[in-house]
Amino acid sequence: MTTSKLRSFDRPAAVVGVLLLAVAAVTAFDASRMSKGALYGIGPTAFPNVLAVFFAGLGLAHFVIAFKDGLPKPDEADWTAFAWVSGALLALIASVAAGGGFILGATLLFAMTARAFGRRAFLKDVLIGFVIGLLVFLLFNNLLSLTLPQGPLERLL
Amino acid sequence: MDSFFALGHGFLVALEPSNLLFATVGVLLGTLVGVLPGIGPALTVALLLPVTFKLDPGGSIIMFAGIYYGGMYGGSTTSILLNTPGESASVVTALEGNKMARSGRGGPALATAAIGSFVAGTIATVGLAFLAPLLVKIAVGFGPWDYFALMVLAFVTVAATFGSSPLRGLTSLAFGLLLGLMGIDQLTGQARMTFGVPQLLDGIEVTTLAVGLFAIGEALFVASRHLHNPEKPIPIKGSLWMTREDWKRSWKPWLRGVGFGFPIGALPAGGAEIPTFLSYATERKLTKHPEEFGMGAIEGVAGPEAANNASAAGTLVPLLTLGLPTSATAAIMLAGFQQYGLQPGPLLFANSPDLVWGLIASLFIANVMLVILNLPLIGLWVRLLAIPMPWLYAGILVFAAMGTVAANPSAVELAILVVFGFIGFFMRRYDYPIAPAVVGLILGPMADAQLRRSLQMSLGDPMILLENPGSATLLGIAVLALLAPFVLKGLERFQMQED
Repeated sequence: MTTSKLRSFDRPAAVVGVLLLAVAAVTAFDASRMSKGALYGIGPTAFPNVLAVFFAGLGLAHFVIAFKDGLPKPDEADWTAFAWVSGALLALIASVAAGGGFILGATLLFAMTARAFGRRAFLKDVLIGFVIGLLVFLLFNNLLSLTLPQGPLERLL
Repeated sequence: MDSFFALGHGFLVALEPSNLLFATVGVLLGTLVGVLPGIGPALTVALLLPVTFKLDPGGSIIMFAGIYYGGMYGGSTTSILLNTPGESASVVTALEGNKMARSGRGGPALATAAIGSFVAGTIATVGLAFLAPLLVKIAVGFGPWDYFALMVLAFVTVAATFGSSPLRGLTSLAFGLLLGLMGIDQLTGQARMTFGVPQLLDGIEVTTLAVGLFAIGEALFVASRHLHNPEKPIPIKGSLWMTREDWKRSWKPWLRGVGFGFPIGALPAGGAEIPTFLSYATERKLTKHPEEFGMGAIEGVAGPEAANNASAAGTLVPLLTLGLPTSATAAIMLAGFQQYGLQPGPLLFANSPDLVWGLIASLFIANVMLVILNLPLIGLWVRLLAIPMPWLYAGILVFAAMGTVAANPSAVELAILVVFGFIGFFMRRYDYPIAPAVVGLILGPMADAQLRRSLQMSLGDPMILLENPGSATLLGIAVLALLAPFVLKGLERFQMQED
């Protein structure tokens, strides 16, 4: 009995259910901290409260389907490639956050993403990424006069 | 008749040399980005939005029109040659189109898609030009309760009615609505859901969400599974041109496609997939060559492509007249309007007729340009498909990052983008639709404001929503649309048990 029940239990659906309930709680909590602030009708807290109930309902519905069909079963994933792309994105954020500038971030992003998709010529990709980042920076800075995040490299230009 | 004069005036605006230039650049950029695999029209518009930041509103919105139609056109090219539809509305095109390409008839498939898009886009834009003023006349009398009810209807249909799973669609919508809450409340100035992070006070940018969910999510998703099934573009063999037989088999599906696409697109309900599926099913039934369906029938490309384009023009009707986006692309276009402080709706027609009618006229011009420029350039676009996957996706990510930091040069904005990317990855992996989240983000705060405005006017009595015939009817339809998928499913199950 118990084994067949366990087998038909879909974990991803339950995880989503828990997340949705957590979001519902956070939304309701955030709304409870605000002042009502409306003379007539409903204030800024009404919509969050309705949404919190909506989230709670969706969370419970996910628990129900966790015991039924569950979520669609995904194919097996290549988590190494996933990690490379994630690392590439984090490298970009780190570069911008630490003042390394856009060009350095774009270079790392390009080279590491290419690596994720199976390229092995890392140095060549670093070079391509650098050229693209440089062109983009010059285009935005000089032609569209939008400022991209600056680092030591950008200040030299 | 008013439409004629207004449209004529619009053409005067659109045919100014600088605006023609904007339209040309828009069409070329739209096609260029739209043709890249995995990038649909919504993402094309989102990625190119920052490029239009520094232009004047008129010029940039005209460029937008070109980007929009160019992105649609580019997307169909990818579906046919690579079998990776960038959005659900071109899934059907890929069905027969890719088979045609495989059997060496890629040229005619692309040609019938392009010319069909042109025919459909032109007819549907005429429909837009005549329908919009009528709707504006009705919309002038709309109260906030009517708008609220319309938005609820749009939420339900976009999220629940037409998707594969109402639960997953509604979850995606709820996510978008939640993001819409973040930031300073428009009416009272209080911060909602910002958790003390100052960068969140301005709220979440629609483009950041769209680029994160679509571009970053897609890149992560393709990376995670590309070792399993790498796709190769199919080279075009033989003639690019349609034979007399092809023309004979194409023109009726084009027109029928418009018949499905425009009315459904123009409804304030959304769902570009429905007309394409309807068109495919109809062509399959009516064809004289039923044996070719599933093997690459030209009718199966011509009809759905026309339906897809006609419904895209159709979604501009609720967008321009009511300010109501019913697709991810329309939601991003609305964000583009708002970036210039323009709020689509009846007032826009009254206050900036030059802009609205210039845009509508530009749609005609963009359509003509697409056919003239893109049929000869098709070889060039096809070559783009041959860019190796690693460089392609690396490039897409760099451009996505570029667009985001150009709009708001901060590491926090990038971090938000990447978080959305991860969420987009898991949404793709477990088949949650993405469009409802984007629509929810932009419509959520608007629905909130309209509801509160209604209740302020009724001194807090919620019955105002049901006492007005307009909003009561719309809310009734929304309830039906929400229940329909469950009832239909129940019926199916019931019938299966009967069998």
